Amino acid sequence: MKRLERKHPRPVRWMHWLNVPLLFGMIWSGLLIYWANDEYRIGLGNWTLLHLFPDWFYKALNLDHRLAEGMSWHFAIMWLLAINGICYVTYTFVSGEWRHLLPNRRSFHDAWMVILHDLHLSKVEPPKRKFNGAQQFAYTGVVLMGAGSLLTGLSIYKPTQLAWLTGLLGGYAWARWEHFWITMGYVIFFFIHISQVIRAGWNNFRAMVTGYEVSTSEEAPHG
Amino acid sequence: MDKHLANIGSAKTNSAVDAEIRRLTRRSFTVGAVSALAGAAGVGWLATRPGDDGVPWPLRRILEFNERVSQEVFSPRRLAPEFPAASAVEPRLNGHVGLMSPAQLSNWTVHITGKVDRQIPLSAIKALPAYEMTTQLKCVEGWDSIVSWKGVRLADFLSKFGVPSEYIGLSTPPDGQSPTGLPDRFYVGFDQPSALHPQTLLCYEMNGAPLTQGHGAPLRLVSTVKYGYKCIKRIGVVELTEQRPADYWAQRGYDWYGGH
Repeated sequence: MKRLERKHPRPVRWMHWLNVPLLFGMIWSGLLIYWANDEYRIGLGNWTLLHLFPDWFYKALNLDHRLAEGMSWHFAIMWLLAINGICYVTYTFVSGEWRHLLPNRRSFHDAWMVILHDLHLSKVEPPKRKFNGAQQFAYTGVVLMGAGSLLTGLSIYKPTQLAWLTGLLGGYAWARWEHFWITMGYVIFFFIHISQVIRAGWNNFRAMVTGYEVSTSEEAPHG
Repeated sequence: MDKHLANIGSAKTNSAVDAEIRRLTRRSFTVGAVSALAGAAGVGWLATRPGDDGVPWPLRRILEFNERVSQEVFSPRRLAPEFPAASAVEPRLNGHVGLMSPAQLSNWTVHITGKVDRQIPLSAIKALPAYEMTTQLKCVEGWDSIVSWKGVRLADFLSKFGVPSEYIGLSTPPDGQSPTGLPDRFYVGFDQPSALHPQTLLCYEMNGAPLTQGHGAPLRLVSTVKYGYKCIKRIGVVELTEQRPADYWAQRGYDWYGGH
């Protein structure tokens, strides 16, 4: 027996999808800025696995020599992304959605079971809830990363006016480093998120567009 | 919510549910596609607007909006942190516009123009109270250096030799030339609060030694409330004006304010 179930409220869907172009715009303009002093790498001591980023990367995406342009976009889109994030957090609290999203005591065990299952190390199906433990950690974590981007961003945008914040984050250079690596975190989040959405299937994806999921329950016994 | 949605809970048969989700899917994806197209069109429009000093004009308006927000929210008197003099390093040599030929340092004068017309000898500037600070020089490119500076406050200079003005323009000597004979001049504009900030100095020493030509001898500006691209070297002209002065990098797409 099929049934339509309400899953994602309309404001959550809008704010979720708005993040896509806004975050993309921030990362793209951020790369235009980062190019001007691309000092980070993946490595240890004198050994460098990967310089961030190789020249071919900038060339391929046409990111070089566009610092001023990058800043003008970055300092425009920042308003929209920050407002969207603040609206989202406010909405989840006011609506009570946070109860589904915040990890709780059983989320740890739950998340571990999900990871084992998804890596094909365990055959135990994760519990069917709106968000499983792994999702709770991921979606709460990405909101915290958003707060981190906002704070580290502000601290490098206004390092004299917000010197206390810049100092708290380890100084100007460290705050920039943190801002960069949080962004890399979004990229990692993005790839895991997309692959999990593909695994979860159409019904789940459609729910983030329409708000409704089709659930199938066993036919009640006739008798 | 329309009347169809009210029926969702009571949808009885599988086919009714299928029909309903198809309708919802069609509707939501249409709304999504139209929104995405509208958004893309908006970005396309924005990116193709005529430039205002190197950026599409709507983005220039937003930079100016950000400037007003900064001035509303933040204190123009807030001091940047200072560091031990021992942590000072030699900053990168960056920016050669206006410095392409060596300066003739003897008998240097600063020409005050605009609301007054005065020639101020360097010796008179150096006679003002001297201040030292070890602060972080931040480049808009994303790097920073801790540097020790010695000089006089621009505020003292302006109150002694100038008259109050809404804006202060600073420039390298107007007759600067590149080695090949092309005009070579660098210029910046300052808003009054930033110019009067106690950590906005006209410097003649860096890290305990007289400024080198590359770092702006004989007199350069350093401000802890601005990025390095506002910290002009080799100052030859100070303009007192009620209009926002031209700024070399602001004409090339950067924020005119450039404030921290």
